[in-house]
Amino acid sequence: MPLLDVRNLRVEFPTRRGTLVAVDDVSFGIEPGEVLGVVGESGAGKSITGAAIIRLIEPPGRIAGGEVWLDGRRIDTLPPERMRNVRGREIGAIFQDPLTTLNPLYTIGRQLAETMRVHLGLGAKEARARAIRWLEEVGIPAAAERIDAYPHQFSGGMRQRVVIALALCAEPKLVIADEPTTALDVSIQAQVVALLKRLCRDHGTAVMLITHDMGVIAETADRVAVMYAGRIAEIGPVREVVKRPRHPYTEGLMGSIPPLSRRVRRLAQIEGAMPRLTDIPRGCAFNPRCLRAFDRCRRDRPELMATDGPNRAACWLHDPSSRDLARGYAA
Amino acid sequence: MLAFIVSRLLQAIPVMLTVSLISFAMFAYVGDPVTIMLGQDYTEAQREALVRELGLDQPFFVQFVEFLQNVLRGDFGISYRLGRPVADLILERLPATLELALTAALLALLIGVPMGVYTGLYRTSWLSRVFLSVSLIGVSLPTFLIGILLILVFAVILGWLPSFGRGETVAIGWWTTGLLTASGLKALILPAVTLGLYQMTLIMRLVRSEMLEVLRTDYIKFARARGLPDRIIHFGHALKNTLVPVITITGLQLGAIIAFAIVTETVFQWPGMGLLFIQAVANADIPIMAAYLMLIALLFVTINLIVDLLYYAVDPRLRSGLVASSGR
Repeated sequence: MPLLDVRNLRVEFPTRRGTLVAVDDVSFGIEPGEVLGVVGESGAGKSITGAAIIRLIEPPGRIAGGEVWLDGRRIDTLPPERMRNVRGREIGAIFQDPLTTLNPLYTIGRQLAETMRVHLGLGAKEARARAIRWLEEVGIPAAAERIDAYPHQFSGGMRQRVVIALALCAEPKLVIADEPTTALDVSIQAQVVALLKRLCRDHGTAVMLITHDMGVIAETADRVAVMYAGRIAEIGPVREVVKRPRHPYTEGLMGSIPPLSRRVRRLAQIEGAMPRLTDIPRGCAFNPRCLRAFDRCRRDRPELMATDGPNRAACWLHDPSSRDLARGYAA
Repeated sequence: MLAFIVSRLLQAIPVMLTVSLISFAMFAYVGDPVTIMLGQDYTEAQREALVRELGLDQPFFVQFVEFLQNVLRGDFGISYRLGRPVADLILERLPATLELALTAALLALLIGVPMGVYTGLYRTSWLSRVFLSVSLIGVSLPTFLIGILLILVFAVILGWLPSFGRGETVAIGWWTTGLLTASGLKALILPAVTLGLYQMTLIMRLVRSEMLEVLRTDYIKFARARGLPDRIIHFGHALKNTLVPVITITGLQLGAIIAFAIVTETVFQWPGMGLLFIQAVANADIPIMAAYLMLIALLFVTINLIVDLLYYAVDPRLRSGLVASSGR
């Protein structure tokens, strides 16, 4: 049984000009201890999917359909007070910008201790001792002294370490990390990713790693879900998705990463841009940009389907009825 | 910390010097004290004698230094109209104004902040709409009208509260207080409400907009993602982050309440400094006007210092210069 099971999740934003569907019929699972990477362009719906799982979508956005199961328990219908106990305690969260995620007016020690006291019922002394241990564990030097420092007294990379400690300190089973390295210096990114990976392995925590950085995914994730225009285009083991993408969009994404081995004159790119949520084309959302699109792609919307490998892709090329085309594709 | 206070006090010196220069200039340019003191009939010899006696034949700068020395000794001269030392007159009136202003400010804070928090948290509830509509009245109705309306309702029609004056007062040293007698407290209610209503609505609207701003920040979202209870998020994390602007405005408004309680004091015939000042203006009683000006300047300088110290207490980022070396 997967730890997290998202079934047909749908998130809508009512606007004056009609309802926008930001996340459309998204289903996936995360096994205990597994790292699932979620990639896609900005606006593909990956962050909103993460926010929907912990029910922190900004109003007027709302979950319009689907189910979220955690550890065999349905959590999208829990009353708010019970949901609050899920957040932090069972699902931790890491946000993008460590400069803005910490409350500037409280010491980091206080913020850590407060989280543990709320969720673990610790006394002040015990919470403080554990806070120091957590700071040591995320690699803050001289943790026992720095615990009483304020966020502005730390660099961006150090603050993200504190955020990671905050996300993990109540020992959740799952952490949703939304672009955890995007706001950091490139030189720090690898350290922070390695830290997150090590900690989650040590504590047996599963991770939903949302990013647009394929490099981070390739290094960290076990499986990867590629999102496009609010839907999952392809999902499968990370090696397979990187080496043999089954969806033309994933293929385009991988093709756009310049190889280190040889010089390229011009970076490969996918023609066009992701459609706005207001005018998602009929059929497959990717069809106007897809070099292999055929009639059916412009008519029917493909669901995730089995391919010839372990990946599943939402692409008609893998439908048994269009096997001829698929063969051409594989060649 | 001490260095900061000292530096702020040093900065206050030029401000106070400038204000006292302006106060002093009033003597020279607003009317001629010699003519006022001599009355209708006088000889040129009498005039010159008085000029020499008052030191008015001295250069401007020398006169100013002498004026400053007197002020530092607490000697603000003698009221033209009342013939009594200005310092005594002000000290008599100061307690009435301070008690009124502080009560009004306290009222504004104790009611304005919770209302602001409520309307910020529950933007769409009907009670929030009521608060906001009522606050529009507070912002837009002039003080004197509110005062007169309150008198009409609570003093004239209902007869619950007195319409003017300060009630019985008790003297504690030179300080006379109306807070210790029933009639004094009753007399305080209407003027304090009148004076505080505008500030209350101002604070409410400020807290509300700051709350809305802060509730959108990442650290509040992150606090929710950490599963903290709403109570801790709203009052511990959000409200505290709204305090810096609230302290600023409250401080400035407190100064304004004390300095410009004139209208309220006039409406309620409250025996405070505002009433003293308005009478001084009507009679060109320059020593009182000059002393009042300096007192108010001192008040603002003091309040600003306190506000700055409160920033330090609330926001650690402003302290970073002092903590030094431990950062980055």
